[in-house]
Amino acid sequence: MNPWMLYLVWPLIKFLIAFVIVQVIVAAMNWIERRVLGLIQARLGPNRVGPWGLLQIVADPIKFLLKEDIVPSSAEKIAYFLGPMLPLVPAFIVFCLIPFGPPPTFAVTHTNVGLLLILALTSTGVYGIILGGWASNNKYSLMGGLRSAAQMVSYEVPFGLSIVGVLMLCGSLDLVHIINYQAHHVWNVFPQLIAAFIFFVSMNAENNRTPFDLPEAESELVAGYHTEYSAMKFAFFMLAEYSAMLVNCCLMVSLFLGGWTLAIGGYGLTTATLKSMGFMGGLLGTVIFVVKVMTFMMIYIWFRATFPRFRFDQLMDLGWKWMIPLALINIFVTGIVVLAAPEMIINGSVVPVGETILAVAGAATVALTLFLIMKPRAHAPKVIHASRVSEA
Amino acid sequence: MFDVHEMEVNFGPQHPSTHGVLRVILKIDGERIIEAKPIIGYLHRGTEKLFEHMSYPQCIPHTDRMDYVASATNNLGFVETVEKLMGITGQIPKRAQLMRVVLSELQRMSSHLLWLATHAIDIGAMTPFFYCFREREQILDLFEEYCGARLTLNCMRIGGMPDDVTPQWIDDVERFNEKFDAAIDEYESLLTNNRIWKRRTVGIGVISPEEAIDWGITGPPLRGSGVEWDLRKAMPYECYPELEFDVPIGKNGDTYDRYLVRMEEMRQSRRIIHQALPMLRATTPGDIKAKISRVIRPPEGEVYHSIESPKGELGYYIVSDGKSQMAYRCHVRPPSFVNLQALPAMAKGHLVSDLVALIGTIDIVLGEVDR
Repeated sequence: MNPWMLYLVWPLIKFLIAFVIVQVIVAAMNWIERRVLGLIQARLGPNRVGPWGLLQIVADPIKFLLKEDIVPSSAEKIAYFLGPMLPLVPAFIVFCLIPFGPPPTFAVTHTNVGLLLILALTSTGVYGIILGGWASNNKYSLMGGLRSAAQMVSYEVPFGLSIVGVLMLCGSLDLVHIINYQAHHVWNVFPQLIAAFIFFVSMNAENNRTPFDLPEAESELVAGYHTEYSAMKFAFFMLAEYSAMLVNCCLMVSLFLGGWTLAIGGYGLTTATLKSMGFMGGLLGTVIFVVKVMTFMMIYIWFRATFPRFRFDQLMDLGWKWMIPLALINIFVTGIVVLAAPEMIINGSVVPVGETILAVAGAATVALTLFLIMKPRAHAPKVIHASRVSEA
Repeated sequence: MFDVHEMEVNFGPQHPSTHGVLRVILKIDGERIIEAKPIIGYLHRGTEKLFEHMSYPQCIPHTDRMDYVASATNNLGFVETVEKLMGITGQIPKRAQLMRVVLSELQRMSSHLLWLATHAIDIGAMTPFFYCFREREQILDLFEEYCGARLTLNCMRIGGMPDDVTPQWIDDVERFNEKFDAAIDEYESLLTNNRIWKRRTVGIGVISPEEAIDWGITGPPLRGSGVEWDLRKAMPYECYPELEFDVPIGKNGDTYDRYLVRMEEMRQSRRIIHQALPMLRATTPGDIKAKISRVIRPPEGEVYHSIESPKGELGYYIVSDGKSQMAYRCHVRPPSFVNLQALPAMAKGHLVSDLVALIGTIDIVLGEVDR
């Protein structure tokens, strides 16, 4: 193929397709979130515009576009304008690096340092929030900006550390390689259960989602860093936030849940099987990927409906005193187990013993947790009262 | 080297979690509160002065608008005070007394539900808000069924009640009442043992029993500190002595204990209604008014009478000159106003996030604070 086609035109077309699809998903997420929240909270959610309120996805952007764009007179103009743009750009670029299906067709680009690039790009998102919060010249915005700066810097560390265990197992920064590795071994969530947990908690914190939604805590900071933003500028913040959520869910699925594959130990829908099915196989892989991603988006929403908000110092405690040591221990244990028990050949096939031990331990923990959660209770959890009832 | 200075933040009166128009001027060092100064008066309507220019029955709708989320108890306090001034407290028919008890306990539930809803959403838990409102709506429907109004009930008269209740209404109340315990269980399953909820409330805004008494705090905040003082028991009114209920008290005097106390109070209110309804059915329908003259003209004198409103001791002080149909002076002792005094002491040293929890736990209604 013509190198121009191969390296410029074709990726650009794919990027545009990915961009549009991602935007639709982001907009749809907004509707889904409100409907699901409504379902949980004994109310309806948006149901007026179009069938089941589906056109809300269109109505919201129209409203954002048509609303008056208010710029506070005391704002730092340049920084104020830059604020909403900065988080949006990396949030979109990152989608070029995520393989939604078997490459090369279903990924925009394929680099062998994809993971590193994604981490580098997503961590720049916080600049926009700080800048926006500061430039608004509003005390609540400033506090929101500062909170998010501290929070994102703190949780970037466990976020990065939790990936190290995966890298040690798979030996690559290439997401495609990591996904294929999982298809031929086992989903990383089992041998790297602690890492997956830390990754999930940190990604909640990174995205300012409940219970870590302190930067925009409505009841404390009015609207946090975007208090002074209206119309499309506010929509940019929203878009960036939801895009970042989507990116993190994609990463979670790629790193810990086998991406577009549905296989264990090389059996099932591996990349090779999907590729042998041609374009439809690739499409099937993408669907599997999207379903997995949506599951995590649903967990985001579920969390939002369930949890109260942490206080700022408690959030820092959790990050520095629990998440980071836990991530370090995980790296240590993974290292020891993988090194101490290297591969063995059983019945002619190579079996990584250390990884198997970790995977069995992880799977046992998952099973036990599920058992404890699902165990039918005789009646609703009886609440223990600290207060005593004085006798009449 | 570093220019360290505290920031002054104007918290309210337009702020999502000040429960109306409370304004707090905060001096903060980072997120830590150095000083919190509540500023009130944004909802001042001169209700006390208005009372001096209206006949006693005309005052009752104005009492609705003080604690606008608990208007039945406001009515109750006012009519009881006037009855005491006229010396007809003993003449109120049993049926009217029971109706008053049922209405005020329903009102206590609805007020506590609103408190829980807003308190939870202040701390970031979104879902209890909707669950609480689901039940509160049903209580408001019951009010509507009785008197046509949902918030400003105007549902009591000096010497009795304006209208009789129907057997249908009693059945409706019973139906709601029997389901209510399960609803409280549902809220508690979301919050009581939730670790984040506990971290946000345990040890926050501790008031010792001595401090609480010194500040004049009443109601759930006082009982949360472990002082057993409920006017329904301590200075009984209406037919509360005939009804069996417990007074829940806390141990530590923190936000969590006040939360537990209010939750238990809702269960106790349910218990009271559960006992009162059969008694109400047993009384003669229609016997809801004492035989008093149409023109209310209390004899010369002054009286202070207080009841246990959902938020604490709601007291009315009325002076009558014996000649006019209007009060010479009517002073209201609103529980929110007195309880709010403790906010600066409670907030000092805590974080900004705790302030919203504290405003929630005091359970203020600005209509009552400012009058």
